[in-house]
Amino acid sequence: MVDYVFDGSFGGLLTAVFESFERKHPEVRLLLQGHTTNLFGEVIEILPDPQKAERVWKGIKRHAGDIGHQNFYKAFLSEDPVVFQHLIDYAIYIFTHEAGHSRNYGNEHVLAISQMAHKVHREKHRMEAFIRFQKSSDGLFFALIHPDYNVLPLVIRHFKNRYADQAWLIYDERRKYGIHYDLTQVQEVRLDFKPTRDLSPTGPDITMDDKEALFSLLWKTYFKSTNIVERKNMKLHLQHVPKRYWRYLTEKELG
Amino acid sequence: MREERIQEKLQILADAAKYDVSCSSSGSNRKNTNKGIGDTGSGICHSYTEDGRCVSLLKILLTNYCIYDCAFCVSRNSNDIKRAAFTVEEVVELTMNFYRRNYIEGLFLSSGIFKNADYTMERMLRIVKKLRLEENYNGYIHLKTIPGASEELVTEAGLYADRMSINLEMPTEMGLKLLAPEKSHEEVRKELGIIRNKTLEYKDGYKLIKKPPKFVPAGQSTQMVIGATPESDRDIMQTADEYYKGFSLKRVYYSGYIPISHDSRMPAIGTAPPLIRENRLYQTDWLMRFYGFDVKEILNDQHPNLELDIDPKLSWALRNPHFFPVDINTADYEAILRVPGIGVGSAKKIVTARRFGKLHIYQLKKLGIAYNRAQHFIRCADSPFQLNEKDPSRIKGIILQNSQSKYMKSQPNQLSLF
Repeated sequence: MVDYVFDGSFGGLLTAVFESFERKHPEVRLLLQGHTTNLFGEVIEILPDPQKAERVWKGIKRHAGDIGHQNFYKAFLSEDPVVFQHLIDYAIYIFTHEAGHSRNYGNEHVLAISQMAHKVHREKHRMEAFIRFQKSSDGLFFALIHPDYNVLPLVIRHFKNRYADQAWLIYDERRKYGIHYDLTQVQEVRLDFKPTRDLSPTGPDITMDDKEALFSLLWKTYFKSTNIVERKNMKLHLQHVPKRYWRYLTEKELG
Repeated sequence: MREERIQEKLQILADAAKYDVSCSSSGSNRKNTNKGIGDTGSGICHSYTEDGRCVSLLKILLTNYCIYDCAFCVSRNSNDIKRAAFTVEEVVELTMNFYRRNYIEGLFLSSGIFKNADYTMERMLRIVKKLRLEENYNGYIHLKTIPGASEELVTEAGLYADRMSINLEMPTEMGLKLLAPEKSHEEVRKELGIIRNKTLEYKDGYKLIKKPPKFVPAGQSTQMVIGATPESDRDIMQTADEYYKGFSLKRVYYSGYIPISHDSRMPAIGTAPPLIRENRLYQTDWLMRFYGFDVKEILNDQHPNLELDIDPKLSWALRNPHFFPVDINTADYEAILRVPGIGVGSAKKIVTARRFGKLHIYQLKKLGIAYNRAQHFIRCADSPFQLNEKDPSRIKGIILQNSQSKYMKSQPNQLSLF
């Protein structure tokens, strides 16, 4: 068993897979930089290499197919060190077995990747449902999110296709970066101030559109009026909208 | 928009529209190709109300003024309630602003009938046209057809809507005549027929025109109110079956009647809506659409009503012991699909997985079937040998004992330890 230390990037992880074959290390313990505890054994530092990463990424597509390929990336976005280990073990496993083994759910790594990809996908879908834009006075539609997994890269296409004629910004408070669409392209952005849900005093340059308060009030009104009191079922309600997501939801704000 | 008035209108016209249960926003294929706004796809539930129902569309009436006096309807002419009407511009502005904020997948527009059917339908058509042609809007639109509207208006609306629907209201003509003498199923059939025929026409013309226009791409649906009139479950599901087949409907919705009137012909105000019955009807609907059951196998002269304590699939299985046990390793997909506790997903997995070797109990459990339920009806590689087949009433007892019904949760005098 050899210890590899990588920087936590996707390119770094793929490079680690490459190195394990190059250096003939069939078993690798993958550690995240800054979290190493191994003081005595051999530690190999992995520097992300775009060419090596690209080769591995193509290889995964060849061995695991389109869905396996996507699942590999989705599972990576969980940002979970345990999953990182599964990912490198999974890659080594599918590269050393003939085609089809990427669907052998009897293998613990295959199953772990598939299950984690499923969880990340569900979180992506929840963001597509629960994001609530607020409109600023300069016409930017702005939303803050705090997802369990790093799903911003996965929602870009959905929001770009749907909201093609309005500028928007979705900002992940937890990971401190956002995606911004300027009517032509989507770019990653980092803000140098801490935005808040109501955008008011802390965002020095952002003020709300005149009608923002009205439409948010109308939405709350609608949400209340479309409920059928005689059918109240809070258990089902909470099952569909777990409390941790209420922070996004305009209709769940008080008042 | 005057703020207070628009808020009051929204209150009134959302409240009046909420008894239409469809909230589906899937099944259409409209893409945002013009760099406008919006697209459709597999549908998204953006929120859920406290009754546990999904909120996907802005579901409103254009107006709740109505010339009709249907006894089951909250907007009936003789009901003393606040009335309101949106302008075309107001509906468009609400839809666009809700959509742009990612509150909704689209608009569900219905209406009471003011003046006459065509006058109302024409207004609704103006709204969808304005959305599509002026606002460049490609999101979902579900449009209710107004009973009695002309073929020209209905056909034109089909060019802009994703889904259209018109409600049967009551499961039988007799029930409808009892509570809404001005309406008829004949009229519903006429309107459904217009869209069905036009859809077929476009389909046939597909080879002639390179890019035929989209015409009601998410299909048609209808709704029946359950429990307002004394129809049996067999009456209800036979009607559903007939309309699924005759008009290629995408969905039939069943809406448990919530008493809104002191009319002595219907359940009194305060009577709980028939939620379990409604659930059993939806289960039957699924069995017909996805499980290969014919309606007559589930509901017939001997069994005109569904059992409330067990689901219709289990009920069928217990009545047909000769069909079981089903051998998981050799039976057809269709037979496996009929086993209580096995759904479409696990039936498919079983058929795929058994190619690599005989399936055992532990594997079936892992595949995600409800084994506690299914075990009484199947054989697999290591099923325990049984001398006597258990009798159906015993199986029912065992299953009921070992399962928790979501409807039985509030048992009286049950002590909680924690």
